[in-house]
Amino acid sequence: MSGLAWFTQLLEVLAAISLAPLFLGWVNQCRAWLQNRRAPSLLLPYRGIRKLFHKDAVLAEGASPLFRAAPYVVFGAMVAAAAIIPSMGTGLPFTTAADAIALVGLFATARVFMSLAAMDIGTAFGTLGARREMMVGFLAEPALLIVIFVASLLSATTALPLIAERLATQAPALYPSLAFTAVAFTMVLLAENARIPVDNPATHLELTMIHEAMLLEYSARHLALMEWAAALKLFNYACIGFALFVPWGASTGEPDPAALLLSMPVLVGKLAVAGVWLALLETVSAKLRVFRAPEFLATAFMFAVLGLLVHLLLGA
Amino acid sequence: MSLSRWLHDARPMPGAPGLRCVDVDVTAWRDFAQDSAAAGGRLLALWGTAAGTVHMIALVPDAALVATARADHTAAAFPGIEDVFPAASRMQRAMRDMVGIETTDADGRPWLRHAAWGPDVRPLAHCELPAAVPQPVDDYRFVRVDGDGVHEIAVGPVHAGIIEPGHFRFSVVGEKVLRLEERLGYVHKGIERRFTELPIREGHRLAARVSGDSAVAFSWAYCQALEGMTDTRIPARAAWLRGLALELERAANHLGDLGALGNDAGFAFGLSQFLRLKEGLLRATARALGQRYLNDYVVPGGVRADLSGEGAVTLEQCAVSLVLEIRRLREIYEEHAGVRDRFVGAGTVTPELAARLGLVGLAGRASGQAFDLRSDMPCEPYAALKPRKSGCGDGDVLARVAVRFDEALESLRLVRAMIAQVPTAELVATTVTEPTDGSHGIGLIEGWRGPVAIALEAGPGGTVRRCHPHDPSWNNWPVLEHAIIGNIVPDFPLINKSFNLSYSGHDL
Repeated sequence: MSGLAWFTQLLEVLAAISLAPLFLGWVNQCRAWLQNRRAPSLLLPYRGIRKLFHKDAVLAEGASPLFRAAPYVVFGAMVAAAAIIPSMGTGLPFTTAADAIALVGLFATARVFMSLAAMDIGTAFGTLGARREMMVGFLAEPALLIVIFVASLLSATTALPLIAERLATQAPALYPSLAFTAVAFTMVLLAENARIPVDNPATHLELTMIHEAMLLEYSARHLALMEWAAALKLFNYACIGFALFVPWGASTGEPDPAALLLSMPVLVGKLAVAGVWLALLETVSAKLRVFRAPEFLATAFMFAVLGLLVHLLLGA
Repeated sequence: MSLSRWLHDARPMPGAPGLRCVDVDVTAWRDFAQDSAAAGGRLLALWGTAAGTVHMIALVPDAALVATARADHTAAAFPGIEDVFPAASRMQRAMRDMVGIETTDADGRPWLRHAAWGPDVRPLAHCELPAAVPQPVDDYRFVRVDGDGVHEIAVGPVHAGIIEPGHFRFSVVGEKVLRLEERLGYVHKGIERRFTELPIREGHRLAARVSGDSAVAFSWAYCQALEGMTDTRIPARAAWLRGLALELERAANHLGDLGALGNDAGFAFGLSQFLRLKEGLLRATARALGQRYLNDYVVPGGVRADLSGEGAVTLEQCAVSLVLEIRRLREIYEEHAGVRDRFVGAGTVTPELAARLGLVGLAGRASGQAFDLRSDMPCEPYAALKPRKSGCGDGDVLARVAVRFDEALESLRLVRAMIAQVPTAELVATTVTEPTDGSHGIGLIEGWRGPVAIALEAGPGGTVRRCHPHDPSWNNWPVLEHAIIGNIVPDFPLINKSFNLSYSGHDL
């Protein structure tokens, strides 16, 4: 493994950590424009995180060490996930350490810790949010797995960087199976990242919250880490989407400085388009009733399975 | 016995048109309530005075009957009417908290008293209030729901958003609500006591602040009562301008609510669009009447400012363009599958339930309770304008949204009609004399939320002996507890917003 490969690895993780709030800021900006509002600064998420890091943390009475540890675990899981998602280059040394199934496991770990922490302090809202989060999670994970399986079948590997590399370097062809899974993936992305129509990241109605309800008791650096981790999760999901459906532009094969350099503006361009697309989806939909969320995710699962069937039956 | 017996005894009363008052013996108090209910009447307000009298306003067909009984004529507790009119229960509890008149109501818990003053202090009955001493936090017993898997969710009074404070105790199984119990009174400000410290001719300013979103309705109701007591005839132009102000207030509130309802359904586009429309209307209001929000616009004897010719043109243009934009947004709300799915069937109050619980105002009209003071007991200028009464029988959030759309459009129609027809007069206000000691008057105005009442009693030398402002939220808060039953917890904010009841106007 060359030094450049390790450099790519490090670069990708650092880029994910530093660019994630920017991507969130971009999505928020697009949302504001689409709603005919003046948009907040692109840098607002950074300022929010900085502000929170300067505050003194307040802990709920009776909070166990789990409550304090959860932000670090969640943030750590998202950073680890960023390490195995090929956002710029596919020649990642971590490829051998964890495949796409492990990636789903990392997301699940973060979810479990966040839910346990929310229930740990024993408020009604924390439990309410944790319960809803688990309902969304156990329906979203299978759909995500099937999406990844389809891509795995197409490329004969479960390692995400290798999937991206093979899809990018194969002779250009249309894959109907990937079209179905792309729809499923988009739906899972919305649900997993607490976006409309499943959750509303901008809501202040405590009774309707899912993700926010679990964070109500967090403050200062803990809250900053949780919010940063949420931005990172959105960034990671976007990059998984790029790896599976638009892998072109990333540096493939042997590490090459020129290709790596070129992949950076390509990634930024993809993120910009993804942000607009996400904001558009959120603006034209209303939030679903909580009990419609299973239907929404069942539809996502169905699309993923359709993709799988199309691949198995048609070989495409 | 029937209502005609009471109507026969009733005398006209100063204030709103259609007011009749009748003295009722304590022993006949429940008979009066039952006869009113049997005739299809509903309870609007119930309050007590430090002198030991109890009053109620019953809205019966074609009249508002004000019954008065002397509580000190009975050795036992005053007869409660909460079984006849469920809305009376909280008013009776508040009456005990404020003036100390005990009723036979089985619910003995305090309502407006929140440990802010001692259990024996009656803020309206004492000449001097004892110095505030820290009180132990009272132990308010919520009704518990037992059963397998039932748990409680306590929400508020401090909420995650910037809204008024109220406590909601949900008993739920999973996400399904079995029971909701409200506790209000967190914004008790001592408004009724403050009225008694003001000269009677300045009370309209405090009335405008009882519930800020109904400033015109409350101050008009106050002035109506005061002008009735002093036999003041206001200039015709002033009456029309009051109508104009009331409809502008109604339209602005409906626009804000329609946006907020979209936002609560996760449709932020609706909020930004309706806020834009509301802002346009407020600016046109400022150009026409000199104020964005019409606090203190209605003054005893008339209105504060005249409508200028240029302002009338601005307002007319604004109303015309608003109608087109509201119709377009209504199409979007009606055709958007996600928004519709949230609105349909949420928080349903059937017409039967609404009639039994006495739902009033906008929410009542969405549940088949076709009562509107503007059409049923019109004062000037509504008798000439003949507003169309909106209505719907479905009683869900969608129905309340539809009624808001209808009423906003109708208000804008009335605004245009009033601009076109407002009589010319040199005066927009006359002077009001001081009412004589002991005279009573009641003002009734259909605010945007529902019928607003102000009961005014004059003291000697231009003072206020008792002033009781009544917000329709008193009648509708208890119905919200029923509307949520069987719905899921995350739908509550939407259902609550569709009623959009006042905390300030209720807590006084």
